[in-house]
Amino acid sequence: MDLNYSQEESAFRDEVRGWLKANLPQDLRDKVVNYGELTRDDLLRWHKILAKKGWVAPAWPKEWGGTGWNVVQRYIFEEECGFAGTPPIVSFGMHMCGPVLLRFGTEAQKKRFLPRMYNGEDFWCQGYSEPGSGSDLASLKTKAERASDKSGDHYVVNGQKIWTTLGHYADWIFCLVRTDSTLAKRQEGISFLLIDMRTPGITVRPLVLMDGGHEVNEVFFDNVKVPVENLVHEEGKGWTVAKYLLGHERMNTGRIGASKRELAKLKDFAARQPGDDGLPLIEDARFRDRLTRVEVELMALEITNLRFLDQMRRSGQPPGADVSMLKIKGTEIQQGLTELSMQAVGPLAQPFRATGTDLEDGAFDRFTAGLAPRYCNYRKTTIYAGSNEIQRNIISKMTLGL
Amino acid sequence: MNFDYNEEQQLLADSVRRFLAKNYGFEARKKIVASKQGWSAEVWTQLAEMGLTGLPFSTDYGGFGGGAVDLMGVMEAAGDALLVEPYLPTLMGGLLVARAGGDAQKKALLPAVVEGRLKLAFAHSEKGARYNLARVGASARRSTGGAGSAWEITGEKLVVLGAEAADRIVVSANTDKGLSLFLVSRESLRVRPYVTLDEQRAGDVGFAKAQGELLGAEGGALPVIEEVMDFATALVCAEAVGAMKFACDTTLEYLKTRKQFGVPIGTFQALQHRMVDMYVAHEQARSMACLACSKVDSNSGAGDRARAVSAAKIKIADNARLISQESVQLHGGMGMTEELKVSHSFRRLTMIAQQFGDADHHLARFAALDK
Repeated sequence: MDLNYSQEESAFRDEVRGWLKANLPQDLRDKVVNYGELTRDDLLRWHKILAKKGWVAPAWPKEWGGTGWNVVQRYIFEEECGFAGTPPIVSFGMHMCGPVLLRFGTEAQKKRFLPRMYNGEDFWCQGYSEPGSGSDLASLKTKAERASDKSGDHYVVNGQKIWTTLGHYADWIFCLVRTDSTLAKRQEGISFLLIDMRTPGITVRPLVLMDGGHEVNEVFFDNVKVPVENLVHEEGKGWTVAKYLLGHERMNTGRIGASKRELAKLKDFAARQPGDDGLPLIEDARFRDRLTRVEVELMALEITNLRFLDQMRRSGQPPGADVSMLKIKGTEIQQGLTELSMQAVGPLAQPFRATGTDLEDGAFDRFTAGLAPRYCNYRKTTIYAGSNEIQRNIISKMTLGL
Repeated sequence: MNFDYNEEQQLLADSVRRFLAKNYGFEARKKIVASKQGWSAEVWTQLAEMGLTGLPFSTDYGGFGGGAVDLMGVMEAAGDALLVEPYLPTLMGGLLVARAGGDAQKKALLPAVVEGRLKLAFAHSEKGARYNLARVGASARRSTGGAGSAWEITGEKLVVLGAEAADRIVVSANTDKGLSLFLVSRESLRVRPYVTLDEQRAGDVGFAKAQGELLGAEGGALPVIEEVMDFATALVCAEAVGAMKFACDTTLEYLKTRKQFGVPIGTFQALQHRMVDMYVAHEQARSMACLACSKVDSNSGAGDRARAVSAAKIKIADNARLISQESVQLHGGMGMTEELKVSHSFRRLTMIAQQFGDADHHLARFAALDK
């Protein structure tokens, strides 16, 4: 047993860290660490910097721009990005639609979409959830019917998607739609479609969250014409694609790098912030115990994550349902940190500055005014990407056999 | 990076597991626990023959020169079987001799420990000291008129694990120069023996001018005590992982077989989610046991070691509580009875949560180390 990274891995970490230090624009970093709202331009600027370096799609095959890194290197890269405070790589293209096209797409689809995705020319979003289909995704109703006219064969899509993250930035959306509603088994008759967001009949309506920020949307489809060549895999086999996508998890589901950065920041802050007795808050036993419990939880999660990586590296197999554990624990830790950070500043957490408002507004402290909205915003983490209850269902069924 | 046991460690863990499965089933253990002595000399001999009593000691004394990681698989198996033999106290005594003792003392004692001929215990904790390792009231002074090497020790020690079984006891006491360690033969101490909640044997030990031999340097014992306590804490973390694994497995089995309302109770989501939380808690505990044992074996310094061990003990204490309580709850009334092993793993996990410092103690220690 050896919990240490090898010399080569440590050297790789140094290389990534050094490169990030030199190439992460300061204004982007500031926005990330101060919980500012990242614009489409911000996200794409960082995406293009990484693409130019050749690091934007580490897990893709080399012929499509992958780096050839092993799972440990990919994890180190993501951890360092989180720790440095880079904008996120928008997952919907690079980590979701991209892998789906690589696995199920035709050559023509790959050539058409992957290079533009890689270079940040198309911004992607995801159309899965519907108002009546959250955790029960297979109940989705958005309908796609085959038709043809003089412009060729196409689907006509009608329905509504919800929780479409960054849909207002997107050029393209990948959607699960129902192409056959006569089948007894709900999972059959679902198809995976790629839809140009500029197609007539699509309306995007913002859903402002309780932190005042705009990141999710409702997307309405009213007789939207989608060419049949935008169908991925076979018609009616969309559920297979959806399951593949869920199984194609990222290395850093637990977001350990970002949580380490938040923890360090919180400790630093609590060492300077006075408690009720005038001594540094970090010396307050009640506060300190809660802080340490989150820190210990993060240590345990990091090692658990490394154990899975070690297994994956040697077996060559994806980690399976245990990734759900990383999601549960990682999000609990993120929420624990946002809650403690908000509490650490005491009464100063009360002034409300909506996420996305100007950081330079002199009326607010740059740091403290972002904490309460962030606490509110991070309640999403245990709900999105398969709620933590759904993650428990997955472990219960797949790992424990219940 | 590598989280597997090496081939030797795996073979050893497997053979211990096989031995315990065959000879230390729940019924066999019941008889041992109910016996007058409270542990089995036969089992002890077997453990020694498998090399377990020699694992962490230098090859100079016939040992294997191993560390905490080498013991992890063994401790997990011990936790699974709820072993009650005085293995841990003997290792602790031996480690104190190995770390603090002079050549002659090591030569005199360690080969016998390795061969299973000598059992040891460590008498340290006192009334009012709680988990503070530095708070010792026992005192020692040089015997008057003796040859100069003998000491007289006076004091009271509480909950000395394996006290009655031990042939020699390592005792901590203060001299003019500070905290020191002494070797005392069991006969010169008064032992008031009892059974602990987790069915092990311990005792309160009293001594008045007991004759002892100084172990190591006079006055310099605290760092050695801390080191050996951290070693032992890492070992009980690994033992806890074994007991947790048992508790999780047996509860999962129960959920699949116990029927109510005409269906296995494991079909109820309320119970499934609780079972998942137990499973996750066990995995997180395992990760921290790996960290603690690895840091105990590394030479990255006492602070680094203490930090990892305290972090691990916090997690193990919290998760031992969660898993033990939930394993009983999910078994319903049957989980309360002595008849099921799960009530015994409950008792052991409850004690491990407090052994060598509870979560609060280690939270405070972790915070102090962070400064």
